[in-house]
Amino acid sequence: MFVRTAWLVLRKDFAIEVKSLEVLTTTLFFAISCVLIFAFAFVKNGQAPEDAAAGILWIAIAFSGTLALGRTFERERYSETLRALLLAPAPRPALYVGKLLGMLALLAVAELLLVPLIAFLFQAALFSRPLLLAAILAGGTVGFSAVGTLFAAMLVRARSRDVLLPILLYPITIPVIIGGVRGTAALLASPVDEPGAIMWIGILAAFDVVFVTLSLWTFEPLMTE
Amino acid sequence: MRVDFTSVQLVDVSRHFGRRRALSHVTLAAASGDILGLLGPNGAGKSTLITILATLSTPTTGEVRYGGQPAARLGPALRIRIGLLAHELHLYPELSARQNLAFFAQLYGLDPRSTVDAALESAGLADRADDAVSGFSRGMRQRLALERALLHHPRLVLFDEPFTGLDDRAVGIVSDRLRALAAGGAIVVLATHDLDLADGLVTRVALVRSGRLVSDEPASTGLRARYRALIGAA
Repeated sequence: MFVRTAWLVLRKDFAIEVKSLEVLTTTLFFAISCVLIFAFAFVKNGQAPEDAAAGILWIAIAFSGTLALGRTFERERYSETLRALLLAPAPRPALYVGKLLGMLALLAVAELLLVPLIAFLFQAALFSRPLLLAAILAGGTVGFSAVGTLFAAMLVRARSRDVLLPILLYPITIPVIIGGVRGTAALLASPVDEPGAIMWIGILAAFDVVFVTLSLWTFEPLMTE
Repeated sequence: MRVDFTSVQLVDVSRHFGRRRALSHVTLAAASGDILGLLGPNGAGKSTLITILATLSTPTTGEVRYGGQPAARLGPALRIRIGLLAHELHLYPELSARQNLAFFAQLYGLDPRSTVDAALESAGLADRADDAVSGFSRGMRQRLALERALLHHPRLVLFDEPFTGLDDRAVGIVSDRLRALAAGGAIVVLATHDLDLADGLVTRVALVRSGRLVSDEPASTGLRARYRALIGAA
């Protein structure tokens, strides 16, 4: 029942997104704009500051992810469909997992676009260790989305949710963002700092376990009014 | 675990939001076959009561018993016996009528092939089944939302202002559906401030004012006069 419910919620969100393309287009547009602005500011004569690519990649992920989180739950607020989901006889944490998987899929698409774009604009060797980069991106994205999905669901009925979401989200996810930035910077070092990258992957994985567990544990009580 | 019940009881239920008391010491019961009208002015606490009965909110003090058992003991399986139609219709406007019904049917563990077509027929929307809900009129959405709320044949059917925005014909359809549900053994709880619609439809009346239950009695003629005497101008 748990897996089936999560899958149904994910599939429903996908069906809505295919029809509206609202969240995907705004997220991608915002992420690309963010990278382009940084490129115009920092890249001089084809040279970018050292480690800038790592920071810009994670700023683009965090900012566009926040935008996507807000829009995804705005959809559940309109017509109060979140209440209908909560009223279903499924375990309520399964609804959270369905929403989280949707966010992860959305950010994965954004990252598929962002990584080559940043590698090209900042002349960054992001593809030198593709598996390690994938692990860092996955670890950081899961941690960020786990907390973000919980907060976005929690704030769905708050009047000032658009202001409160980043205020609550960024301080909590700072360790994940730092882990993502330092892990990516380790891959961009010359020579590549592989042990450093692996250490950050381990730290991100630990954060993910803590954040996902806490979110699953607190989702039901937080969503019951 | 299969859950069923033939009565629901609120026992000394209070609900506070910070310092505001939305409900205060409400004790109320309804049984299978009842159409219980929760009547009162705006802000009386009707919607809070409905939310608590739907398990979407928990009482600050007191408890709700479904067939004598508290909600916490029955777990998620209780919710398969509860249907809710609120003022907000709980439909995804981007999806078609069929997609909405199929999604909720699957969420309730039902086979959409055997339930969705019948529900669309019942809503009178079979010919618009594949149209996006965003293109429907308020009445069409309300009929679809009603079918969505009843897809799983709930025992406890909660309606929060279900007649909002409906024309006379649609009101008649919803009213007939309420009577049929009660006749079929459902416990129907209807929150409304529209006395004209409640009169002749409800079998019991609970009058609520400022979060307090001021009367719980069998419905009789002269509902408006009774309401005026207990609540104030209607």
